[in-house]
Amino acid sequence: MQTHQFDAIIVGAGGAGLMAALYASKGGANVAVVSKLYPTRSHTGAALGGIGAALGNYEEDKPLWHAYDTVKGGDYLADQNAAKVLAENAVDAVIELEHMGLPFDRTPEGRISQRRFGGHTSNFGEKPVRRACHAADRTGHMILQTLYQQCIKNQVRFFDEFHVVDVIMNQGACVGVVALQLGTGEIHVFHGKATLFATGGWGRVWQITSNAHTLTGDGAAAVFRRGIPMQDMEFYQFHPTGLYGLGVLLTEGIRGEGGIILNRNGERFMEKYAPKIKDLASRDVVSRSIYLELRAGNGVGPNKDYVHLDIRPSTVNRYLAEAGETRRVDEAYVARVLAETLDVCRTYAGVDPLTEPMPIQPTAHYAMGGIPTNVDAEVVIDENWTVLPGMYAAGECACVSCHGANRLGTNSLVDLIVFGRRGGMKIAEYVKKADLIPLPPNPAGETEAEFKRLRASKGKTRPYEIRKQMQKVMMEGVGVFRDEKAMQNALNVVRELRERYRTDLTFDDRGYKYNTDALEAWELGCLLDLAEVTAVSALERKESRGGHSREDYKDRDDKNWLVHTLAYRKGSAVYQEGQTSIELNLKKKVDMSLAAEDPRFIPKERVY
Amino acid sequence: MEVTFRIRRYNPEEPGKNKPYWQEFTLKDVKETDRVLELLHRVKWEQDGTLGFRRSCSHGICGSDAMRINGRNALACKLLIRSCGPKVQVEPILGLPVLKDLIVDMEPFFAHYRSVMPFFVNNDPVPADGRERLQDAEEQQIINDTTNCILCACCTTSCPSFWANGEYVGPAAMVQAHRFIFDTRDQASQERIAVLAEPDGVWRCRTIFNCTPACPRGIEVTRAIGEVKLAIMRGTREGIINPKDIKVHG
Repeated sequence: MQTHQFDAIIVGAGGAGLMAALYASKGGANVAVVSKLYPTRSHTGAALGGIGAALGNYEEDKPLWHAYDTVKGGDYLADQNAAKVLAENAVDAVIELEHMGLPFDRTPEGRISQRRFGGHTSNFGEKPVRRACHAADRTGHMILQTLYQQCIKNQVRFFDEFHVVDVIMNQGACVGVVALQLGTGEIHVFHGKATLFATGGWGRVWQITSNAHTLTGDGAAAVFRRGIPMQDMEFYQFHPTGLYGLGVLLTEGIRGEGGIILNRNGERFMEKYAPKIKDLASRDVVSRSIYLELRAGNGVGPNKDYVHLDIRPSTVNRYLAEAGETRRVDEAYVARVLAETLDVCRTYAGVDPLTEPMPIQPTAHYAMGGIPTNVDAEVVIDENWTVLPGMYAAGECACVSCHGANRLGTNSLVDLIVFGRRGGMKIAEYVKKADLIPLPPNPAGETEAEFKRLRASKGKTRPYEIRKQMQKVMMEGVGVFRDEKAMQNALNVVRELRERYRTDLTFDDRGYKYNTDALEAWELGCLLDLAEVTAVSALERKESRGGHSREDYKDRDDKNWLVHTLAYRKGSAVYQEGQTSIELNLKKKVDMSLAAEDPRFIPKERVY
Repeated sequence: MEVTFRIRRYNPEEPGKNKPYWQEFTLKDVKETDRVLELLHRVKWEQDGTLGFRRSCSHGICGSDAMRINGRNALACKLLIRSCGPKVQVEPILGLPVLKDLIVDMEPFFAHYRSVMPFFVNNDPVPADGRERLQDAEEQQIINDTTNCILCACCTTSCPSFWANGEYVGPAAMVQAHRFIFDTRDQASQERIAVLAEPDGVWRCRTIFNCTPACPRGIEVTRAIGEVKLAIMRGTREGIINPKDIKVHG
């Protein structure tokens, strides 16, 4: 076992982690970035269409409008102070990315180009606004590359392919993490004053997902196992436009550029469900609308189980003309601004979007919930916003909560940049005054024992069998539409699978070097823990709000449910040995600070 | 259909397997739209969990799963079985030390990447209005192609010059250098040109063109290298790329 000491440890090297690392190191902290992937492999790179900021480069826009859209998009569960910070800081943060060299597309005046995106409007919902700043349709790729480049420039220290498996607590504070070096199988302890988790999401809990194979929620699970709550886990976003069958994401920017969703009759059905902004309604609304169309038998294909997304210039121009707009597109324009989309559809579906509509279905995409934090990325552990010293989280694994019950498109990238930066700054400040708390005795003992146990597994079930069953039952039971019975069934199955994972697992590779077999088994344990807490949280919330849509409680219930769900793991054992249970706390009220000043922020019916 | 995978194996830890060898796996019920990556997963999950390879996003943007498939470099997640046929030979990309099965040591590759100053440099104060630096839309298009790079190493490890001499910075590092050299906002193009004018820089490129078809992002790699060569010859980036000539992806 090796021990390393740094002021600050950043776990994960996507947008949030790199931004935090950059700012912590610029602030004078000695920083290590520990990531199970090479940084440029992080899933920030898969983000496509844009990053929202009220730059107003084409038309008037204001951060307050962005905050309003975020709160409304989140179905009023977003903490309004966080939405305000997100929208206000977005402007500076995006400008700063440009100053770091990010190759944004340009307006005719040479400014950053912006496109429309779902749920983003001007003047409190009046009409769609061009707010998403874009670099073709590979904006996330360019953010990831640019931040990695800047980290190299600033000589940030990277530990690539180090898989963090546990968080170390001592004297009521976080003092570091335990990591497994993939190349050697060796255990490393990273000891520091501040640790920031930026480990991304856990889309692999579900069967159809836009998420990478590696998005298995390891960071969130490690934190959860050490008694830190998970907040709002029932709110998981299904993106409406996943490529049929595979779930690979097709950007909302397609609709931002004028693309239309159509059913088997060629009907633009979003006109029925969101008369005002139609195809550009919030993602939860569009995903539900697609499901309703499929249920009504209006799906395309032999099994009527998908719909069409159409970006053919002839279609786009027809609807633009119908809407009285002067803008028109042609093939060369679509090919340039949606290059990734064309490539993905041609490669995987054999469909050329310039001549045919694309087959789509909703795909598990984004966790609104996660490790609770305040607006400075400090982890908070109860309804009183009590800060846990030394522990920070940012990006998808965190829940600030600026996204509430449903995240708006582009706001994930905004979240990474804004809260990654704030976290990095806060850490730089914190490590200057904080003392280094010593490591507890034998800090990696439990991890080593668990790996030893896993390596010695002699059961009959292979990890992928358990994973497949979990993904299927979560898709059916805790997906776009939910009810008590299906959720309870999902929970029961997940619990059985956890038990089988503990008692009946087997895998082939018993070695140490690049043992990806053992790694996948470990990741499965994380997924199972997060699937369980998701189902438990979802069962408890007896209303429909944003991404949590219940057929047995169809209405939003602001009287009882303007609260965040905090789920705590109880039980003596950190890993899956012995009994654990989940305890819920429903006392954390949603921040309504904008509503206190401006009645437009008071929760009301959400129509698009 | 039935597909046979012939995979180059190596496990430094296991006696008998610690020298490279070939192993065959047969998979049934393969669809022609299956990706090579999915089938490697099937081998790993259903038949032999010890098989080592890297992957993440599975749709061609993270750059983890570069491999040599039927003799050509590709991302396993971007290659469908219908373009491979019923026999698929998979081996690690060449020119980098093999660590286990299909996993190679990427550090030499990233060291070359870091050597070309792959980061934006502009020491002028930012605009006084606190806003973005202005850039012409046409000027921005000059680097559209090379900013596509995902650092997968398909190009560099398809290059015979790199196979022969690992000190050569290789195509990927030059694509990255190109992205900054020709960025009209950047101020360090002269330093990068100096790095690439060294013996292990751009002149080790013999215009073999392996790199261009190897790129899973469709970047015109050889052309980018040629433009860097021109910049070195002329001592300036000015006037080399005409925005009107730029290829539009798709």
